[in-house]
Amino acid sequence: MKHLYTWSGILIVVFFTVVGDIVMARAMKQVGDMHELWRRSGLWTIVGRVLSNANFYLGVTAMAVAFFSLLFALSWGDVSLVAPAAASLTVIGNSFAAKIFLHEKVDRRRWLAATLVAAGVALLAG
Amino acid sequence: MLCTEYFYVTFRKYLVLGGVTVFAAAGDTMLSHGMKQTGAVSIHHLQSLIAALLNPWVAIGILLLLAFFAAYMNALSWADLTYVLPATSLGYVLLALIARFALHEQVSPMRWLGIALISGGVGFVAGGPALTKQHHQEEHSDFPSSRAELKRGEAASADPVRAIPGGAER
Repeated sequence: MKHLYTWSGILIVVFFTVVGDIVMARAMKQVGDMHELWRRSGLWTIVGRVLSNANFYLGVTAMAVAFFSLLFALSWGDVSLVAPAAASLTVIGNSFAAKIFLHEKVDRRRWLAATLVAAGVALLAG
Repeated sequence: MLCTEYFYVTFRKYLVLGGVTVFAAAGDTMLSHGMKQTGAVSIHHLQSLIAALLNPWVAIGILLLLAFFAAYMNALSWADLTYVLPATSLGYVLLALIARFALHEQVSPMRWLGIALISGGVGFVAGGPALTKQHHQEEHSDFPSSRAELKRGEAASADPVRAIPGGAER
């Protein structure tokens, strides 16, 4: 029963982290290349475009929910399991979600990278 | 040539990716150091939260995490999520290296393996293009050449190997 709590906690954290990352990535693509914007019209244009983007607020909200659900998940399970499992599954989940929702070309190179990073994070934090 | 330039992650962009890595690692370290000094925070004792925020380590940690967030948003504005994320993970490697060489802590063989795996993953992603899908922006009408540039960019991104910075087209 404790395992069930721990793993559902981990999955909730992963879900909201992935949603936050995906929505934030989409928001920033809608804002446009910041280096380009900076050269053309300066800082306040960037600030204005970010703050008038609905996805930005959605992304921040999802990231905040992810952060607080991590705090709860940490109180349900061991830090040495929850933190690395959540970080590592987020990398894999983000690769799937980026391919499906952001239409990024996640080729073999990036899958390999995501798998290596996920394994490495699990080992490091464990 | 313009096309290669468009995909080439310039020095300033590497600086942003470095910022993502360093600010995340430094912010987390400062925050956890400060929180260990102030002790546990609970919802029932909001004074303890204020005390935590007044701790200089916690305050600097929060500022660094804000800097991380700005760099992260900047990076996502010109690169794929699957390109930026491994850069974030490089922060863990940085933390382990700081622990070993600055704090002289023991780093286990398992952790060295983890460092090697993450570094390998980052190397794989860094060798490829930063952006694989062009997102349409409204404000290109004042730059007549940029549309053609974007079209050519799409053609190049269909073949990721050819789109490697400094590849055949330059």
